[in-house]
Amino acid sequence: METKISVSKITAAEAISEIKVAVKNLSVYYGKFRALAEINIAIRSNKITAIIGPSGCGKSTLLRSFNRMNDLTPNARMDGEILLDGENINAPGVDVVDVRRRVGMVFQRPNPFPKSIYDNVAFGPRLYGIRRKSDLDEIVEKSLHQAALWDEVRDKLHQSGFSLSGGQQQRLCIARALAVEPEVILMDEPASALDPISTLRIEELMHDIVKNYTIIIVTHNMQQAARVSDYTAMMMIDDHRIGRLIEFNETQVIFTNPKDKRTEDYVTGRFG
Amino acid sequence: MLRKAFEAEIKQVKDDVLLLGSMVEESILKSVDALKKRDLKAAQKILEADREINKKRFAIESQLMILIATQQPMAHDLRLLASIMEIISELERMGDYAKGIANINIRMGDEPLLKPLIDVPRMAEKGVDMLHRALTAFVNEDVEAARRIPIEDDEVDALYNQVYHELMLFVIQDPKTIERANWLLWVAHNLERVADRVTNICERTVFIVTGELTEINDTDNEFWHPHKKDE
Repeated sequence: METKISVSKITAAEAISEIKVAVKNLSVYYGKFRALAEINIAIRSNKITAIIGPSGCGKSTLLRSFNRMNDLTPNARMDGEILLDGENINAPGVDVVDVRRRVGMVFQRPNPFPKSIYDNVAFGPRLYGIRRKSDLDEIVEKSLHQAALWDEVRDKLHQSGFSLSGGQQQRLCIARALAVEPEVILMDEPASALDPISTLRIEELMHDIVKNYTIIIVTHNMQQAARVSDYTAMMMIDDHRIGRLIEFNETQVIFTNPKDKRTEDYVTGRFG
Repeated sequence: MLRKAFEAEIKQVKDDVLLLGSMVEESILKSVDALKKRDLKAAQKILEADREINKKRFAIESQLMILIATQQPMAHDLRLLASIMEIISELERMGDYAKGIANINIRMGDEPLLKPLIDVPRMAEKGVDMLHRALTAFVNEDVEAARRIPIEDDEVDALYNQVYHELMLFVIQDPKTIERANWLLWVAHNLERVADRVTNICERTVFIVTGELTEINDTDNEFWHPHKKDE
């Protein structure tokens, strides 16, 4: 059934927005256990895509597939394809370090390195061979600006990252991710450990930077998904406890008129 | 089932909408009855009843605001609460039509009715019957009924046209009747609008269930309708 209220909001620009990441028939296994099955999804460039669903439905597994973080899990393997700008990131010969530079990640709990604020942000660029101090200074300042942290830390760049508040630490981690100029940013519950004001700052920051990046966020906070994202993917486990994509649509459709009863039950808080 | 408290509150709001609806139904029927009998005391009571209707509407609106703020409704819940906001406003306006009829009755003072009322009470009964079934369809989320009821608006429009032509004949035969004819025309006009607003309620029921926000009925065939486009 067509949702008439949403149609007017689809602009021509959105309709032709490019596909940044295409997932084709993805299944992920941990040993014999099949965690995800037959996931097909197209992530659009310069948009925020939220992945929602109950605990254990495979949201994080899917997110971690986007930059091959599952490679680090023993016994994990996958079928299907994940195409970044049309190139299969799991193809033989693809450099996993390059994939992770292009697809950055921000985790649930802020995890700054036990280093200064400056060195946290400069860490990635140094790893990729940038040595000149003036270049590094520029990258650090630009990244901290983008992460909306510069004004708060400009006078204490050489203090420890741990000296910052939780919300500031998370923005530092975002600055660290941005410093290597990724194309896609994965966020795994980036605000779940933060207070409401810090949460809103992260959300605003996402809005500010999405014009230059493609963002995929996993969140348990339905209001957050509704507030920040352009598209929403709803996942759930089936009777065999295999994670599946139930519904993928524009966020406004998912939260005003979802097509699948299970999505309806989940977003209205009646799941379970 | 999760969200038991929220479910209970939604049920309470729906019950309150039905209560508001029955207050409005009663007001419409009584306003026409008071006019028919030229009972000015009864007309005065309609004005008091309208204040109660307005109060009830504001009470439901406050309940809705609290539910939206505290429960963050989504999907069906969101469509339901947003629609109730609209429905209570429609009901309140219908109450105003009854008040308008009571006011005409009072303004007529000692003047006798231009003619005995026959089609006007029929319009009121038909409109109230449609309203009652529209609210039942709303509570039961009965899309089929919600799509069918507005079609009956044609019957109310036909009665309106009949009243209009009859009153015009009086005016042509004796121009001095113009004021008394005009009063009754306004009464009929108010009742015709009641049925139009029933259609709006039915549209909300369809929206609650399907998410489609569309006009059900564009078959308004009433002959004379100067304010239609602005309202």
